[in-house]
Amino acid sequence: MSEAFEFGGRLPAAFMNPGTSSFSEFLGQVAPDLLPGGRELPQGTGTHLTPDATTIVALTFPGGVVLAGDRRATSGNVIANRDMDKLFRTDEFSAVAIAGAAGIGIELAKLFQVELEHYEKMEGRSLSLEGKANKLATMIRGNLPMALQGFVVVPLLVGYDVAREAGRIFSYDPVGGRYEEHRYHSVGSGSVYAKGSLKKLYSEDFGQQDAVFAAIQSLYDAADDDSATGGPDVHRKIYPLVDVITDEGHKRLPADEVERLATQVVEGRAQRPDGPTAPLH
Amino acid sequence: MPFYVSPEQSMKDKADYARKGIARGRSAVVLQYDGGILFVADNMSRTLHKISELYDRIAFAAVGRYNEFENLRLMGVRFADVRGYAYDRSDVNGRQLANTYAQVLGSVFSESNKPAEVEIVVAEVGDDADGDQIYRITFDGSVVDERGFLAMGGSADRVSSALKERFDKDASLSTALISAMHALKHENGEQRELEASSLEVAVLERDREHRKFRRIQGDRLTRLINEGHAAQDADQGAASGSDAPGEGDAS
Repeated sequence: MSEAFEFGGRLPAAFMNPGTSSFSEFLGQVAPDLLPGGRELPQGTGTHLTPDATTIVALTFPGGVVLAGDRRATSGNVIANRDMDKLFRTDEFSAVAIAGAAGIGIELAKLFQVELEHYEKMEGRSLSLEGKANKLATMIRGNLPMALQGFVVVPLLVGYDVAREAGRIFSYDPVGGRYEEHRYHSVGSGSVYAKGSLKKLYSEDFGQQDAVFAAIQSLYDAADDDSATGGPDVHRKIYPLVDVITDEGHKRLPADEVERLATQVVEGRAQRPDGPTAPLH
Repeated sequence: MPFYVSPEQSMKDKADYARKGIARGRSAVVLQYDGGILFVADNMSRTLHKISELYDRIAFAAVGRYNEFENLRLMGVRFADVRGYAYDRSDVNGRQLANTYAQVLGSVFSESNKPAEVEIVVAEVGDDADGDQIYRITFDGSVVDERGFLAMGGSADRVSSALKERFDKDASLSTALISAMHALKHENGEQRELEASSLEVAVLERDREHRKFRRIQGDRLTRLINEGHAAQDADQGAASGSDAPGEGDAS
């Protein structure tokens, strides 16, 4: 903990200056050591230091957006964690999910969450969804030195755009490039399989329930072919996590509802291991 | 060349100055209701707030000089966010914030020529009514742990005694709001009607998820006021009806 923060009764002057509405900028002034990018990097690689987190899917439906993630974290060929939570509610109308270096990703998501909330409290209004997406891009750019050493973090941002009254999805590359995705997207090591699955399942007129179901199907497909993605674990009762954002705000789907849908998917696969098929014509 | 002024005199002058400054503004009240803590301020502005969120379950209300309490508000938000980020969200509490404000206001009062002309409240909603904390911090840095309700700014004494008559910590939100409005009407002895457009209203809602702070404005505020008036009228009807013989004891 930095000196500036463990003040004995008196706060440093920076706390009282009108200055910035950005939390990370402010933290850089008073306690730079708490920032993800505020450390000096040693030589060498250390990618074995943090486990990797894997498949995340997102899809929009009329009136909102669904974000879902598997629960597995791996370190090489070892399963490091079976019930990880890779989805972060960042404010009322947005959420991020992380793929890549788990330790760095979680830190980044936490900072982004405080950043949005801090801005909202300081300014008395929220950032636009576009503004949130750009802010996240800047923060990922700040992680570039770490990315070059192997600690790559690729988040997926989803949100309900209050102005457009629609769900939107933003993806990123390791250097902070920001890309808006339409309809559906997936990141992480199992993403190619999940995306292939969504490509066949997706429909423009999905209701929320269908969208969630498609997300779970696609995660199953990702887990089926990617060893670093965890499938529904019916014995331990570990199922994917699903967040839904609509005009009513962010909601994490209750565990029993996801369990019901995931069980349905698993049972369906017992009959037809490759899952639902798309019509040929 | 400075003249000699005794410390007593200088403190007294500063206190008088601050009190006068605060009394010029309109009042704000903070009170418990059955679902949390209600904040009501007599404030014409829609965008310059006297009531704000500090953290998940903590809110801030202030009266006095806008630029001074706005600076204090920003400080509180920064303090809370840095702490919550460095440790955990549950490690931010109202008492720390109240103490920090007391330190800042106390040193401004004793060290600078002009004291801060503000009075602030830091309130934290707990898991139940007993866990609620309401701290009043005055311009000289003294902190008081208040129970139930308080009024500050303007003619706080009059507003406070009017509020005392009607305060009930188990009242519904609409009833509590009507009590608060009734109290604020006693500002400066004038009897004026308060309207939704001249009120700033917010709550810390105990049962709300994640962040408990919520502003109540527009249609929702108007609806709540009407609801409160209706309940009050019904109550008065029942009260006059209870004089009738045979009522009251229905065993």
